[in-house]
Amino acid sequence: MTDNEEDQTVGKPHLLKHDHTDNVGVVVVEGLTAGTEMLGVVTADNSDFTVTAKADIPIGHKVALTDLSEGDTVMKYGEDIGRMVGPASVGEHVHTHNCKTKRW
Amino acid sequence: MPFDFKSMTVNAWRRENGRVGVRNHVLILPVDDISNAACEAVANNVKGTLAIPHAYGRLQFGEDLDLHFRTIIGTGANPNVAAVVVIGIEPEWTQIIVDGIAATGKPVTGISIEQKGDFEAIRQASWKAKEYVQWATELQKEECPVSDLWISTKCGESDTTTGLSSCPTVGNMYDKLLPEGIYGCFGETSEITGAEHICEKRAATPEAAAAFMKIFQAYQDEVIEPYKTSDLSDSQPTKGNILGGLTTIEEKALGNLEKIGRTSSYIDAMGPAVAPQKGPGLYFMDTSSAAAECVTLMAAAGYVIHTFPTGQGNVVGNPIVPVIKISGNPRTLRTMSEHIDVDVTGVLTREQTIDEAGDALIEMIARTANGRLTAAEALGHREFSLTKLYRSA
Repeated sequence: MTDNEEDQTVGKPHLLKHDHTDNVGVVVVEGLTAGTEMLGVVTADNSDFTVTAKADIPIGHKVALTDLSEGDTVMKYGEDIGRMVGPASVGEHVHTHNCKTKRW
Repeated sequence: MPFDFKSMTVNAWRRENGRVGVRNHVLILPVDDISNAACEAVANNVKGTLAIPHAYGRLQFGEDLDLHFRTIIGTGANPNVAAVVVIGIEPEWTQIIVDGIAATGKPVTGISIEQKGDFEAIRQASWKAKEYVQWATELQKEECPVSDLWISTKCGESDTTTGLSSCPTVGNMYDKLLPEGIYGCFGETSEITGAEHICEKRAATPEAAAAFMKIFQAYQDEVIEPYKTSDLSDSQPTKGNILGGLTTIEEKALGNLEKIGRTSSYIDAMGPAVAPQKGPGLYFMDTSSAAAECVTLMAAAGYVIHTFPTGQGNVVGNPIVPVIKISGNPRTLRTMSEHIDVDVTGVLTREQTIDEAGDALIEMIARTANGRLTAAEALGHREFSLTKLYRSA
């Protein structure tokens, strides 16, 4: 995964993340398949990065952007959105099967 | 050329109390569930009128009855309504509704069914409804500044795209129009859970923050704690939210709060269906997150246009307030575009900025205020759903 600050010339992204501190991004295209080298964009400043999808991931669903282990805090919008209850390596799907609220 | 929202005006109806309405309904308004049939008969007799049947209004008491009266009166008092015929089973409660609506100065008549029967009540109400609709249809619109609009918001069938596109579009609209002097309103107490600490910080004053936190804590203590079964993971996020990629209530709440923008702050936190009392600005309202209930409460507080971001595709409408749907989810635009008024899919493809999306929404607000039917209006969505606090006597 590489960061390329302030590049305004990127094409249509596969993946968006809100904030640089986020460790998950959101797939924004339909029909994404495992093995796709995804173009990601950070909405905070339009910088881009790439990451390879390790699973078929539906539109709107989250992808791990760092290797996540059970107990790790999941960050999105630069905020704590819950904890991992199972592992996900970079490019894997993060959802209800491995991530849970800290509230309930 | 930058979009000039500051000098934007709309052609709308200025009511007797000075408020501006963007629709011109003549309502046939039931006080209670058993008066629905008479109201629907009157609306069938007199074209151009609208009956809004609902499920409650008998044997309610205390705070629950106060909320019922406030919601029914507020609906009739809304500036999108020109005149009202109220029908109830008993004269006393019917008169309470009539007096509440009459305070706005608009024409309103009450008819009760007891000692009369449906036939006679319908006959009397139909004559009055015909008089009102012929009067209302001759009322002229006038040019009104954008600052006269009261614009509420609530999102539904949220997913991760709402937090990325449609909710920040509404937030951008508020950041631009609140400084022009509009009234704004957001709510959904249950869906702030997980981001209440952030919502608390978005208050304009310590008093507003304290008012919000009091409402938030009361919801946790009085609703969640006594009634929860295991945890709320089965209903918050909803199955639709989860299908759309939302995993936790915190994630959902953070997306939800994108609706109040970057620079806006709320000046007060209100009870359900309570009209704002501190002048122009943004208000938090204690509401359910169920779409129809929430829009009904905001309409009863006097808001005349509702902005509704959706991800997976909520189809809600309201009988008196146009509900403008905004979506950035390309699958939803592909599969159910008949429900969407503002397409912001370009935000996800980085072909549209949030600033441009906000301008597109403001333009649609103006077109809607000028008379364009929203998707929900064209499709006949008239969900009038009253909030009930506890069992009736």
